[in-house]
Amino acid sequence: MASTRVAGPAGEAGDVVFHVHGVTKIYRMGEVSVRALRGVDLDLYRGEFMVLLGASGSGKSTLLNILGGLDTPTEGEVRYAGRDLGGADERELTLYRRHHVGFVFQFYNLIPSLTALENVAIVTEIAAEPMKPEAALDLVGLGERRHHFPAQLSGGEQQRVAIARAIAKQPAVLLCDEPTGALDSKTGIMVLEALDRVNAELGTTTVVITHNVDIARMANRVVRLTDGRVAEVHRNETRTPPSDLHW
Amino acid sequence: MRLQAAAIALVVAGGVAMFIMSLSSFDSLYQTRERYYRDHGFADVFAGLKRAPVAVADRIRDLPGVDRVDHRVVAYVSVDIEGFDEPVSAHLVSLPVDSTGDLNRLYLRRGRLLAPGADDEVLLSQEFAAAHGLDPGDTLNATINGRREKLTVVGHALSPEYIYQIAPGAVFPDYRRYGVMWMARKPLATAYDLDGAFNHLAIQLMRGARPEALIERLDEMLGRYGGSGAIARADQLSHRFLTEDLKQQRTIATVFPLIFFSVAAFLLNVVVSRMIGLEREQIAALRAFGYGRLAIGWHYSVLVQVIVLTGSALGIAAGVWMGKGISRIFQSFYSFPYLHYVLEPGVVVAAVLIASAAGLAGTLYAVQGAARLPPAQAMRPAPPARYRPTLVERLGLGRLLSQPARIVLRQIERRPLRSALGLLGIAMACGVMMIGDFQESAIDRMIAVQYGLSQREDLLVTYVDPAPARSLHSLAALPGVLHAEGFRQVPVKLSHGHRSYRTAVQGIAPASTLLRLIDTDLQPIELPGEGVVMTDWLAGLLRISPGDLLRIEVLELDRPVIEVPLVGLSRQYMGVNAYMRQDALNRVLGEGRVVSGALLRIDADHANAINATLKDVPRIAGVVERQAAIRAFYDTLAESVLFFTMIATLLGASIAFGVVYNSLRIALSERSRELASLRVLGFTRGEVGQILLGELGVLTLLGIPLGFAVGFGLCAFLAFRFNTDLYRIPLVLGPGVYAFAALVVLVSFIVSGLMIWHSLGRLDMVAVLKSKE
Repeated sequence: MASTRVAGPAGEAGDVVFHVHGVTKIYRMGEVSVRALRGVDLDLYRGEFMVLLGASGSGKSTLLNILGGLDTPTEGEVRYAGRDLGGADERELTLYRRHHVGFVFQFYNLIPSLTALENVAIVTEIAAEPMKPEAALDLVGLGERRHHFPAQLSGGEQQRVAIARAIAKQPAVLLCDEPTGALDSKTGIMVLEALDRVNAELGTTTVVITHNVDIARMANRVVRLTDGRVAEVHRNETRTPPSDLHW
Repeated sequence: MRLQAAAIALVVAGGVAMFIMSLSSFDSLYQTRERYYRDHGFADVFAGLKRAPVAVADRIRDLPGVDRVDHRVVAYVSVDIEGFDEPVSAHLVSLPVDSTGDLNRLYLRRGRLLAPGADDEVLLSQEFAAAHGLDPGDTLNATINGRREKLTVVGHALSPEYIYQIAPGAVFPDYRRYGVMWMARKPLATAYDLDGAFNHLAIQLMRGARPEALIERLDEMLGRYGGSGAIARADQLSHRFLTEDLKQQRTIATVFPLIFFSVAAFLLNVVVSRMIGLEREQIAALRAFGYGRLAIGWHYSVLVQVIVLTGSALGIAAGVWMGKGISRIFQSFYSFPYLHYVLEPGVVVAAVLIASAAGLAGTLYAVQGAARLPPAQAMRPAPPARYRPTLVERLGLGRLLSQPARIVLRQIERRPLRSALGLLGIAMACGVMMIGDFQESAIDRMIAVQYGLSQREDLLVTYVDPAPARSLHSLAALPGVLHAEGFRQVPVKLSHGHRSYRTAVQGIAPASTLLRLIDTDLQPIELPGEGVVMTDWLAGLLRISPGDLLRIEVLELDRPVIEVPLVGLSRQYMGVNAYMRQDALNRVLGEGRVVSGALLRIDADHANAINATLKDVPRIAGVVERQAAIRAFYDTLAESVLFFTMIATLLGASIAFGVVYNSLRIALSERSRELASLRVLGFTRGEVGQILLGELGVLTLLGIPLGFAVGFGLCAFLAFRFNTDLYRIPLVLGPGVYAFAALVVLVSFIVSGLMIWHSLGRLDMVAVLKSKE
């Protein structure tokens, strides 16, 4: 299911990519039930850059996992491009992740035995309409270091490889969980620039989880979660370029 | 960890079981034999002759070193048992009445001893009696020196002299067609005109006396009485077979446990290394708190010892079970009055110590590395693994590889030692399994060559005394006899240089079709008018090559000594013989056309009638029906082959499973993060499974052909070690042997893979996103 790429930030009038309604997630840990999400309502629009803010335990990762098809809600409705993710089985979710979602993790999660280029290629080999792995690396500014192994790359470089890997399949949505969490601010900004560029050039709907308030300034919309609920939705009238961020 | 520990314990158990099985069955057999020999006065020297007055035995008793002399009358007779049409022959041995004998004393299993004055009573060897269901009180007919006698069975007995009972010229026992019987001296001596005389001697030496000098004296003394050469206990047939078997047990006891313990050491090393990798920070913390290296090493050693001891306990139980099984099989081949299963405490202690040592050796390296790290360094996570393009890629073939294939190959190359050991482990498993089946195919080949190509007669008829060749005419004239050939056979001592060997020279009819000599390429050899052909094995013993002169001392008649050239070598898997043309041998012996017996080819439809006729021919001492003997042998062997195949398969499978399952578990543990990441990226469980199983899959696929080589080597080693004068094991491995071993390895891989598959489903994708390795 390839989506039409729309350049530039989308307004509220744009297509709804994700429709989240009344989502509740309860984890049972032994005899204790933990309510991670308590009735979340949220729509995500095509080409939007959204930052999910929240303290630890606010439920932002749980929401991201549900959006990414890694987890299913206990109650409520999650629709991706009109399809119900809540009722999908493991196989359907795997295919959903494979063809529609790009992930960027806090700790990069690259395959240590593959070079930068190969780490990207492993995803493009199974994708439906991938870009060339080289092009993906060029996009994040790592074309020169494509033959290096993860152990030979800095943390920021590894994270950019991870971004290249996530976008190379040309996903409809890019989900990033604390992408700068393990990086210093200078390197973190380079990574955010890469995300910004992907969002701008490919029009990929991007969700970034962070507890870093500064990063929120580069988003179209900022959603703050507190205690498993949407506490605040804020629209930035102007987006701050990543190079102007500092923390 | 539980299953992994179990898999390692299983391999340890395999080694301990093999060790205990081989050594305990060795001990059991050895101690049983020694005790039996001692309690029943097994003789040290034996001598056969034509006829000597009893006074000669008295003179021998006075020879230096001689303790006791038992002179006897022995004969080969043909036996007629009601309801059994095939030819049966028996070795008839004289026995004092109401006695178990002087030397080689009998063990009376059932019934009673021979009564005084009862000339028609016989004791039967237990196995012979059992094969025919002959109980005390039953009767049978024997043709003793041409006279048919009705004999009454009075008991079943066993003798240390006949622990392995085979007919002359046979290699395998066939209790339905050959047995040992004992009867009173008087009627037997009368029948053979040996009153006041004897034709066989058993001699017990004084403690410390050596048999060689006595044998030389005996040969001199007995020559004029038709002595056919004295032999020491070491050359006594029953004793020799048993000794060879004992040697084989020892070989098995050394080789196989070694394989198992090495594999166990490797597995423990891999598992403990991984465990230490996971507990690196805890170890550092302990070190920081002031725990010494020794204390930490001790902690892991205790864990390893728990696994090793669990495996050992299992192995001891399995070893005892297998040892008893082997001992039971021995009892089907060997005639022992009892077989006490002996498990020496020393064997158990040694097994456990060796297993522990292997376990410790495997762990030590890993523990050392962990305890050596300075605590501060150890508390940080281990540096990321370094990879590089594999050989395949450096050769420019990288384009052919998918990314998952690269992951698999680089993983293998990054830990070359571990991969190599894993590969070797799989190869060992495959090789060990080939041994079980190898025995069967080797035996098939021995029989096919020996009886299919070389000895092709249906019946082997042995005369009581050599007879003129014209006697063959009456045999050939029997209805149903298609072809008859004579043969001449005399005991000889062959020498070349300072090496000598006692055997028989067989004279073969010119252009014989029933006894064909075949060369090492299995092509028939034409025996020339002059010169000798001998078994290749015998030529090796004498260090003689074709063209060299061979010295032949005939041990019968006028004991002529000649020198003849060796003209060829023949491939035989059984026995060590020398062959001449029959007419040439007749000339050497200074006799006319004389034969020792006949080879017959018969029409199977007439077999019963021919057998019935032959039984009543006085000059015939025995008839051996070749095919029946082979069938009987296979029947006896079936159980043991099945048992060995089962053991080899169990052990091989336990190694294969131990190696594959453990390696997979370790790989899963080490790479769960990577695999979970791939799952998040949209790889299916199957695709991730391929990456995980791929590494072991490659090692397994490489391990199988390597295992074929290992198995071939192991079988070659066994065949080499098991080669004796009595028989040689041909190194034949049919496709079935390879296929079966490969199949079991693959099944072990698949079973391990299925068990891991289950774990793959439980990979926690969410957790890897949040955790740093």
